[in-house]
Amino acid sequence: MIQKWSYPLAAVVLGSSLLAACGNAQTQTEEKKPEATQPDKPAAADQSATASTAPATSPELQASIDQYRKWVVDQTDQFVKATEGFTTAVKAGDMEKAKKEYAPARAYFEKIEPIAESLGDFDPWIDAREGDVPDNEWRGYHKLEKALWETKSVADQGKVADQLLQDVKQLRVKVESVEIDVPMLVTGAVELLNEVSTSKVTGEEERYSHTDLYDFAANVEGAHEIYKVLKPAVTAKDSALASEIETRFADLDKALAPYRKGDGYVLYTELKEDQVKKLSQSLDALAEPLSKMGKIVGG
Amino acid sequence: MNDKHLANTTANKITRREALKLAGVGGIGLLLGATGVNTLLPSSPKNEQTSTTPTRADEVIPFYGKHQSGIITPMQDFICMGAFDLTTTSLGDVRSLFQSWTQAAARMTAGKNVDEESDHALLPPVDTGEAMGLRPMKLTITFGLGASFFDERFGLASKRPAPLVDLPRFNSDEMRKEWSGGDIVVQVCANDPQVAFHALRNLARIARGKAVLHWLQEGFQRTSASDPTGSTPRNLMGFKDGTNNPQVNDHAIANEVVWANTAESPAWMAGGSYMVMRRIRMRIEVWDRSSLTDQENTFGRHRLTGAPLGKANEFDELELDRKDAKGKPVIPVDSHVALAHMDGKVKILRRGYSYSSGMDLKTGQLDAGLLFICFNRDPRKQFIPMQQKLASVDLLNEYITHVGSGLYACLPGASEGGYIGDTLF
Repeated sequence: MIQKWSYPLAAVVLGSSLLAACGNAQTQTEEKKPEATQPDKPAAADQSATASTAPATSPELQASIDQYRKWVVDQTDQFVKATEGFTTAVKAGDMEKAKKEYAPARAYFEKIEPIAESLGDFDPWIDAREGDVPDNEWRGYHKLEKALWETKSVADQGKVADQLLQDVKQLRVKVESVEIDVPMLVTGAVELLNEVSTSKVTGEEERYSHTDLYDFAANVEGAHEIYKVLKPAVTAKDSALASEIETRFADLDKALAPYRKGDGYVLYTELKEDQVKKLSQSLDALAEPLSKMGKIVGG
Repeated sequence: MNDKHLANTTANKITRREALKLAGVGGIGLLLGATGVNTLLPSSPKNEQTSTTPTRADEVIPFYGKHQSGIITPMQDFICMGAFDLTTTSLGDVRSLFQSWTQAAARMTAGKNVDEESDHALLPPVDTGEAMGLRPMKLTITFGLGASFFDERFGLASKRPAPLVDLPRFNSDEMRKEWSGGDIVVQVCANDPQVAFHALRNLARIARGKAVLHWLQEGFQRTSASDPTGSTPRNLMGFKDGTNNPQVNDHAIANEVVWANTAESPAWMAGGSYMVMRRIRMRIEVWDRSSLTDQENTFGRHRLTGAPLGKANEFDELELDRKDAKGKPVIPVDSHVALAHMDGKVKILRRGYSYSSGMDLKTGQLDAGLLFICFNRDPRKQFIPMQQKLASVDLLNEYITHVGSGLYACLPGASEGGYIGDTLF
C-alpha cells in the first residue's frame, strides 16, 4: 500500500527494473505473455492490462459486481457515521471515548481498502502513517491515533478531525460511481490479505494504539465479502478451489477467535511470537488458493 | 538407485568415468576424500576432473528409484533444508500432499518448472520462476518423517518404526524447540543455492494450508569449483571433516550402514534410512583464539594435512594406542577422532554442511557452525551410542553447542507412477 503512493518515483523505477528483469527471463525461456509474470502491479495497471484481453463481463458476474458495490456503499455509509462519532469525541476532547471508537471506525475503511485505493488520494488522506507522506501533509486517522496514544493530547487536533470527516464524506460521494470490474475484485481480495501480511501481522499499522487485530479482521472480512459475491462463479469453474477457500476462511476465523474481546480484539502487544506466527501462516494458507480466483475469467 | 544410474548412463553411452562418477564411486572419493579412491580409479581423478566438461546428463540425479536420492548421493555444494509441521489432521490430505510433492520434486530435479504454466493474466505464475533456465545442478530432494508424525493425529501410531526413537538428551545439549523436530523433513541439496532454495520454496508453497515450516536452514561447503581435486572438505574450524566416511558406493557397506531392513524396521521402511540432524553452533570466537596445539589435540589430527597426530598423510592409519616418549597417547583419548572411531565397529554416513546465519544479535558473535546430517540403518545402534560417547568427554564440546536436533525416518524411494510414502500411507 505504502509503496503505491508515498514514493511514486521510486515505485516507477522499481517497476521498470522488474520489467527489464522479466524481459530477460522471457528471452531465455521463450515464455509468452510477460504481463502474466508481473509481480504486484498497482491495481490500475492490472485493469488496463486485462481490460483488452478479458471477455465482456457476463450477466452473472455483473450481478456479482452490483452486489459488491451495494455492500461497499453500505460500508461507506457506516464509515461516515462512525467517523462522525469519532471526530466529534476528538473535538470535544473526550480522549476515552475517542480511543474507544478509533479502531472500530477505521475498520470500515480497511474492509473496502481496494476501492478506496482506486479513488486517487483518499488512501493517503485517510490512512497514511507518519513518515508515509511529508510531515506537513500528514493528516487522517493515524495522526489522531498519535495524538490520542502518544502525545496524549487532542487539544490542537480540531482541524485534523474536521478534515478527516470531510475526506470520508467525499469518499462516500465518490464510491457511488467507482468503476468496479472482475479483475479488480479478484486482485482486490488478495491485496486485502497482502495488506494484513505486510503491516497488520507485523504490528506496524497501529504503532501507537496497537489495535492491529481490528484491521486484520476487517481486511479479511473485506476479502471474504469479495469471495462471497464471486462464489457462484468460482464454484462453477473449480469446485475444489471453492471448497478449499471456504475451509481456509473458516480456519482463519478459528485462528482469530481466541483474540476476540468484547466487540473487538486484544491488543497486538498481547500476542506472543508463536501466536503471531500461527496467524500469519493461517493467512498465507488462505491467500494462496484465493490468488487463484482469477481463473473465473476466461481460460 | 545406483543400478538405475548405471543403466541410464550406459544407455546414453557416456564415458566409463562418468558412469563410475554417477554410480557414486568417483563422487564419494572426490567429495568426501574417502580412502581407496586411487585403487578404484586407474588414473588420477584430478586430471580427469579438470579435462571433462560437465554435460547436462551428469547434472541430473534421477528422482525415482529404489532409494531416495540425496542419501548416498555424493554431496552437492549447497543444502537448503526445512522441517514442516502438518496443520491438517486428515491422512487423505497428507497423502495428496506427498503425491503433489513427489510430482513437483520429480520435475524440479529434472530441471523443469514445478508444473506447466497456465499463462493466465489474472493468475499468479504456477512456478515461482527463479530457477527458469537454470540447469538441474544435481538437485536432490529427500523426504523424512519425524516421530511426531506417528502421534494420534493420523492413526499411524502402530506403524512407527522401532528405530525412530525419541533421541535421549545428550550431555551439554542446549536444545531449542524452534530448531528441533518437525513432522516432516525435506533435505534439498544442489550445486547451486538458488536451485536448492527454489525447490524448497515451491514445496512450501504447495504445502500451504496443509503444512507450515517449523525450521529452515541453509548450508554450504567449499564448491567443486574451488576444489576441483575433491579433497576432503574443511569445517568452519578449519579442519578436514569426513575423512573416515564409509564407502557407501559398495552395496554391502551401504546395506550395513545406511539402508533400513526388516530386521529392525517395518516392511514399509525397507530401502529407507534414518536421518539425524543436529544444528551445532560453533563458538567461533573462542575457537579462533585457541592455540594450534589445543586445536589439533581437540580433533586428534593435524590441521594442515588432516593426518592423524604424529602421522604425515590424511589417510594414514589411526593408531590410537600409540604412545609418545613419556608414555602418553599421541592422539589424546578424549580427542574427537579417537572417540568417533568407536573401535571401528560403529559407522554412520555423514553428510553435513557448514552454516552461517549471520550474527547473534544479542552478543554480536557469529552464528555459524555445522548442520550435521547423518544417515544410519538404526540410530539406536549407530548414532546414539556414538553421540553419547562424544557428548560425555569430547574435547570439542568446549567449542560447540548442539542447539537443534531431529531424527527422521527417510522413506523408501518411489517408482514412477507411485509417490514418496506410498508404502506407508
